[in-house]
Amino acid sequence: MRHIISILLENEAGALSRVAGLFSARGYNIASLTVAPTEDPSLSRMTLVTSGSEGVVDQIRKQLNKLVDVVKLVDLTDNERIEREMLLIKVCAEGDERDEIKRLSDIFRGRIIDVTDRAYTIELTGDGSKIDAFISVLQPRRILEVVRSGVIGIARGSITCKPDAP
Amino acid sequence: MELTGAEIFVRCLRDEGVEYLFGYPGGAVLHIYDALYKQEEVKHILVRHEQGAAHAADGYARSTGKPGVVLVTSGPGATNAVTGIATAYMDSIPLVVFTGQVMTNLIGDDAFQEVDAIGITRPCVKHNFMVKDVRDLALIMRKAFHVATTGRPGPVVVDIPKDITAHKAPYVFPKDPTLRSYKPVREGEPAAIRKAADLLAQAKRPMVYAGGGVVLGNAATELTELVRWLGAPCTNTLMGLGAFPATDPQFVGMLGMHGTYEANMGMHECDVLLAVGARFDDRVTGDLDKFCPNARIIHVDVDPASIQKNVLVEIAIVGEAGLVMRALLAALKGAGVRLDEAALKAWWRKIDEWRSRHCLEYDRTNIEVIKPQFVLETLYRLTGGDAFITSDVGQHQMWAAQFYKFDKPRRWINSGGLGTMGFGLPAAIGVQLAHPDATVACVTGEASIQMCIQELSTCKQYDLPLTIVNLNNRYMGMVRQWQEFFYQSRYSHSYLEALPDFVKLAESYGHAGLRIDKPHDVEAALKEALGRRDRLVFLDFITDQTENVYPMIAAGAGHHEMHLATDRELA
Repeated sequence: MRHIISILLENEAGALSRVAGLFSARGYNIASLTVAPTEDPSLSRMTLVTSGSEGVVDQIRKQLNKLVDVVKLVDLTDNERIEREMLLIKVCAEGDERDEIKRLSDIFRGRIIDVTDRAYTIELTGDGSKIDAFISVLQPRRILEVVRSGVIGIARGSITCKPDAP
Repeated sequence: MELTGAEIFVRCLRDEGVEYLFGYPGGAVLHIYDALYKQEEVKHILVRHEQGAAHAADGYARSTGKPGVVLVTSGPGATNAVTGIATAYMDSIPLVVFTGQVMTNLIGDDAFQEVDAIGITRPCVKHNFMVKDVRDLALIMRKAFHVATTGRPGPVVVDIPKDITAHKAPYVFPKDPTLRSYKPVREGEPAAIRKAADLLAQAKRPMVYAGGGVVLGNAATELTELVRWLGAPCTNTLMGLGAFPATDPQFVGMLGMHGTYEANMGMHECDVLLAVGARFDDRVTGDLDKFCPNARIIHVDVDPASIQKNVLVEIAIVGEAGLVMRALLAALKGAGVRLDEAALKAWWRKIDEWRSRHCLEYDRTNIEVIKPQFVLETLYRLTGGDAFITSDVGQHQMWAAQFYKFDKPRRWINSGGLGTMGFGLPAAIGVQLAHPDATVACVTGEASIQMCIQELSTCKQYDLPLTIVNLNNRYMGMVRQWQEFFYQSRYSHSYLEALPDFVKLAESYGHAGLRIDKPHDVEAALKEALGRRDRLVFLDFITDQTENVYPMIAAGAGHHEMHLATDRELA
């Protein structure tokens, strides 16, 4: 089953490679991983999407928690949550296609952020399935480039992934 | 007053109470070696290879419970130490390893003797640090010792660029080494302890399975008290030998691949299993589908990640072995219940039946060829079971584990997890330095000993009166045994066609050497070696080439599917 895990870790050189190394060393799946500093510059927030049996995911959580750089870990899968991913897509847009692609982008609440006479670059955010859907409707056209940020997530309500949160 | 990084390094070691530093100098650590030269409190032990430094520090740590400390230079100094670091990591041994690094401004430039020590050691350390500012040095060192020695112990690497050791900063020994992201659990959860006590009290066929965590957690006394109160049989893992006294009638021997018949059958038939400080290693469990089919399992471990990793257990208690077992015994006593006495009696009758198979029996009638088991039995008898025994890896290691009855923890020093050949001799150096008056014997084989033989030179430099028990069968014995069993006796590259004359070799290093090839000379030779307090004696025992380690559970089989000695049927 797919799990989305939030991790607060020390913002130190090498912390990211400890997480990545753990996954490769123990043969765990990693679907996506995003990381950036938080409002507290000494901490980074990582969102990691993985999959495996309950036993494997239990081990993943424990092994992550065991890393000395990991300050806090919350498995968002257990909670109501919001997931977002950003897509930047460059698509060939010429002739009649230009209007059609603009319409499709509007339907998905995308924004055209760069225009040439032959191509659009569109920015879109949403959960993974929305991004997948948008890419697939553009598929019949000529997609020049796709960049996905990987998933970030946050729990709904008062649950937080903070150093001193329970 | 400001000190240089090198001076801070030495002061910090002193303030941590470090007695011995095992190391080897080189370009990146010359400032530190200069600072070491100017003081006498931290004693430096010069090894002959950095792997030896890590193993010697490891032997020191295993035999004392204090952290072992290593200093090596950058590049090859660091890579040579990696095997030793990985060995300590697999057995959860507290080491602090300092690696020199090239100057900060050269890092990443492929400078002379540069290697990414942090990257290379990352998968085999509990944690590692790079020092980027001399003002952080003391605190990082303090944190390194804290992380290495608390929770589930393990090696910590600190990488120090050369310029940091020349820069100056004020020195204060940091009081608080704690990290916000690292808070090991100590006490077990009371609710889980109560549940465990309830389950144990109902047991009809209880079994206690104790591992290296009991030794590392200094919890042998608590374990012994609990096992005696329960009246249950106790088995120890290879790493746990000495956690429960081997001469106690409740001890059923080691379990696992080369464990005793009674221990493994006990595991197979018990109804409640209490696992303490053990991690259900594949060499212990055999086929997981056949593991303890009748048991409800309680698992006590200080590392939450050890629990439910290989075997699903009913009751998990995260906490230090000693504290949890004390709480468990108090809960049992408090509940005012005892285990069913009639059921226990019946259980012991069964165990005694298994015992009566005498699974460790070997041919004692041969007066021509030395049986390796006989050497170890004699070593045990002559030392009264009170020596420190280090070992290498292979058949001799298993025979030592089977035939030397350890009554005390921290006496049996071997590489269990990683299985590092070459461990025994350097480890013995650390043990003998820590216990100068104790008898220390290194049980090894002609293949293993050659992997770190250069440390015989270190033994001479520091006058360490070790006894080397070399069981020389001219084969990599355990490889040969597997080839005999599973590869139709095709002995592919396991025979050592050329061997040194170990007696002359020992003598050339300045030690005494003896070759023994007749059973009736074994005792006298051992007596002679153990009696010499002035020098190392290398005993080269020419042993039976065809002897195999029994009992044996083939990889992938269950505990009840043991092979006893060749001439007997399958159990």
